[in-house]
Amino acid sequence: MTYASDVAALARKDLLLELRAKETLPSMLLFVVAALTIFHFALPNGTSDVAARGLLWAALIFTALLGLTRAFVAEREQSMFDALILTPVDRSAIWLGKALAVFAFLVAAEVVALPAFAAFFHGLNGRTVAAVALADVGICTVGTLFGAMAVAGRARELLLPLLFLPMAIPIVVGGVGGFLWFLVLYDAIFALLSWAAFEYVVSEV
Amino acid sequence: MIQARALAKRFGDRRVFAGVDLDVPDGGFLLVTGPNGSGKTTLLRVLAGLAAPTAGELQLPPRHTIGYLGHEPLVYRELTPLENLTLFGRLYRLPERGERIGMLLERFGLWDVRHERVSTFSRGMQQRLGLCRVLLHEPTHLLLDEPYNALDAEGAMLLDGIFDEPRTWVVATHEPERVERQATERLAFA
Repeated sequence: MTYASDVAALARKDLLLELRAKETLPSMLLFVVAALTIFHFALPNGTSDVAARGLLWAALIFTALLGLTRAFVAEREQSMFDALILTPVDRSAIWLGKALAVFAFLVAAEVVALPAFAAFFHGLNGRTVAAVALADVGICTVGTLFGAMAVAGRARELLLPLLFLPMAIPIVVGGVGGFLWFLVLYDAIFALLSWAAFEYVVSEV
Repeated sequence: MIQARALAKRFGDRRVFAGVDLDVPDGGFLLVTGPNGSGKTTLLRVLAGLAAPTAGELQLPPRHTIGYLGHEPLVYRELTPLENLTLFGRLYRLPERGERIGMLLERFGLWDVRHERVSTFSRGMQQRLGLCRVLLHEPTHLLLDEPYNALDAEGAMLLDGIFDEPRTWVVATHEPERVERQATERLAFA
């Protein structure tokens, strides 16, 4: 119960910070709608569903990357990891709170992106929506871990895409193919690994 | 009790400090002095458990009994003082945090601005809020790095007042004369 309330307090803090700053979500929304619009005009008429779905996944992955790049701005610029690490909170709760906030931003962006995709291309089926929801879990868990790692690095703007994009390849494969079982497996494995690894990412000790 | 034997810290090829021996008994006051870049900040980060020493032995109190104030006040600038302290009160699991938060905000002269964003504060007001955050969970061990930074005369007097409280102190400062009276141990970096 304490763990859950710690996670809730940390996630609520991130949502409040975004509500005040209004930086991450508007950028994600603008990016994903602009990307889908460009793809709409770039693809020739009669393009297959699979090609269109592939572009949807590319747009979603880069939109998520935009959100992940901003996820640890306060912790980096205001050295807030120091303050959080000194609290008796389990360090994985810091990761989970942040991952939940990123998940909320990504879902909010997709609430606009998926109808836009349906309007621009060939509609949307339930399997794609389910795949997107499952992919969001993997994107946020792995991406948040790498986001924290990038904060500690010197070339952080380069490090996050370099770490995250290779790990997103299986998500795209599972998403485009509609392999829901594969996405569930990915989520389970990488959520567990990220949860266990975060402890070692946020501190030298 | 904070105890260190032959403590050393390096960043790559650069030696920050080496051979540091410390004994700060419970209730003791360690005054750390030295010029810029001599290793004071790094030592305090090591003693707070935020950085690992490269060599040596270190005995630290439990993490939740430590209060640490670095060069930054370590508060969220887009939150208000009340929101910041409520967040940390929750994370430290303080049972009656409302009362404690109110008392600290009053004490450091921030009660009237408790609903304003920290980003609108002067650096001195942010430092006062940083001190509120550090004292919030009533830590028994306080590690303060240049705590007089940016404080005006009134803020500095408020800070002087807390040093008489019965805690274990490690303070790095360029104004050693302010805490000379309380210091029981001294460490001077060259």
